[in-house]
Amino acid sequence: MSTTRPRIRRLPLNAAAVLTVLVCLFPVYWMVATAFTPTRDIQSDNPRIIPGSWTLDHFRTAVGATGFGLFWRNSVLVTLSAVLLALVIALGSAYAVARMRWKGRRQFMLMVFIAQMAPWESLIIPVYIISRDTDMLDRLPTLTLVYFMMTLPFTIIVLRGFIGTIPPELEESAQVDGCTRFGAFRRIAFPLLAPGLMATSLFGYITAWNEFTYANFLIIKQQDHRTLPVWLSSFQNVFGTDWGATMAASTLFAAPALVIFLLLQRHVTSGFAAGAVKG
Amino acid sequence: MPAVREQTAPRPPLGTDPPRRSPAPGTSSPSKSSGRTVWPYLLIAPAVLGTLYLLVYPLIRAVVISLQDFGLRQLILGHAKFVGFKNYGTLLGDGHFWEVVRRTFLFMAINVVLIMTLSTLVALMVERLGRFGRTTVLSALVLTWAMPVISATTVFQWLFHSEFGIVNEVLTGLGFESFDRYPWFAHGPAAFAIVVALVVWQSVPFAAITLYSALTTVPVELYESARIDGASGPRIFRSVTFPMIRPIFLLVFSLEVIWTFKAFVQIWVMTNGGPGDATTILPVYAVQTALSHQRYDLGSAASMVTVVLMSGVLVFYFRQMFRQEDELA
Repeated sequence: MSTTRPRIRRLPLNAAAVLTVLVCLFPVYWMVATAFTPTRDIQSDNPRIIPGSWTLDHFRTAVGATGFGLFWRNSVLVTLSAVLLALVIALGSAYAVARMRWKGRRQFMLMVFIAQMAPWESLIIPVYIISRDTDMLDRLPTLTLVYFMMTLPFTIIVLRGFIGTIPPELEESAQVDGCTRFGAFRRIAFPLLAPGLMATSLFGYITAWNEFTYANFLIIKQQDHRTLPVWLSSFQNVFGTDWGATMAASTLFAAPALVIFLLLQRHVTSGFAAGAVKG
Repeated sequence: MPAVREQTAPRPPLGTDPPRRSPAPGTSSPSKSSGRTVWPYLLIAPAVLGTLYLLVYPLIRAVVISLQDFGLRQLILGHAKFVGFKNYGTLLGDGHFWEVVRRTFLFMAINVVLIMTLSTLVALMVERLGRFGRTTVLSALVLTWAMPVISATTVFQWLFHSEFGIVNEVLTGLGFESFDRYPWFAHGPAAFAIVVALVVWQSVPFAAITLYSALTTVPVELYESARIDGASGPRIFRSVTFPMIRPIFLLVFSLEVIWTFKAFVQIWVMTNGGPGDATTILPVYAVQTALSHQRYDLGSAASMVTVVLMSGVLVFYFRQMFRQEDELA
């Protein structure tokens, strides 16, 4: 009696937990499962929750589709350059904010926090017109700049936090030993910052990798300059009703983000949740 | 102490104060004041310039365009004429626009209420689970959170596919024969519901995880003494738990309100605002007006209305955040 009662009382709780996990995971699972299911099973009248037979055909179709390699390269190029640019520029700003005292520091951080909440959905029209006027439409550097600006505020906020955790005495003593201030930062603080840089860049990477709106409206005529999200959104137009291939493409696109998040899970569930990130 | 050290050091090139979190008087030496004033500004210059050109300038440009007569002709030839608030007048006099505004608020209200209720329940549940259950649920939440918007949108289209979609199969299998080949995306309310489901599914993880981390900061003693006083479960939540997590709750709440407009992507990819305009919310309306109908002026005006609507919540969010942690100090 005494051992079963808590278990019975916990039953609704555990049922709710199972339901939560199922609701969370089912769409992800269904995407992966469909990607591995042969077409005739996908289009059967009684679909099975666990695929009866497996195939890699859909992945072959997706990878072999026109432009997949090109769009993949575009996405990687734009994402990497945007995140690197944001890191370099944010590092300078974060250092100035965390380690120096100057007039306007509060105002600068206020600007950063406001920029973090920038209404990007409402800026598509002017950005489109400005790009058109400056002959930057259909060009990847335009996207790089936009993604740089999207990730910059968050990168500054997080790096400032990381630099703040490194005791300044470390650098000071290096300076006493004859290091320049820059040298002290590079040799002492930078290695300690590396994990922070990694984590920050991964979040920036995911933001830029997933971005759809600007990629969709700034790259119009030059189809060669499209990125993966735009390609994926038009995949059904390309492949018609080939849902297996669509799900395979979707899986390939989602995999990096899913892996990164699972690896960073501890950071995600603790500190980063408060940093107003939305994956 | 640091002042002495700085003077003995062989001329620090970025001659600034030794960093101190607390204001330490007497650390400055007047001889290096010029270096002190220049370096921080040089370091933040790229970030400030980037923000000015990529954020402030587009915003100003949007305001200017919304005050001009700006169509396809002006886009190509330039020379847009100022027309004052005529575009805003046109918008506010348009019944269709008001319908979109109403729908935006409806969409926002349904989403935010669902997200906040579900995520609070999930957070409370996670807190009560054992170690294994907690890790499992948190992992599932993180995985959902990580799902890229476009992937999630594609999957939901597939789940609700009329012919081979698993949802229709299951509903038909359960005896709801009317769902056999039910075309979800052809019916306004159904398409609206799917967009809501997708946005809620994607938003609950962040909110639940944040609320859960807030819950873990509530001291256990408070619960114990409340229970000794004979308080019931709901009563404890109302009088003990909620007041403690209220600041974070309000933060998440205002974020979710602001993020409603991010549903632009899901809507654009899934329904393009349709069927009819059953899923057209403000950002979708603005982009359609501007880029599909070449009325850049009206589109910008609609965008600016969106920004104004948002900024109220934004101010509330910032006040909450800065009260929460003295981030600017």
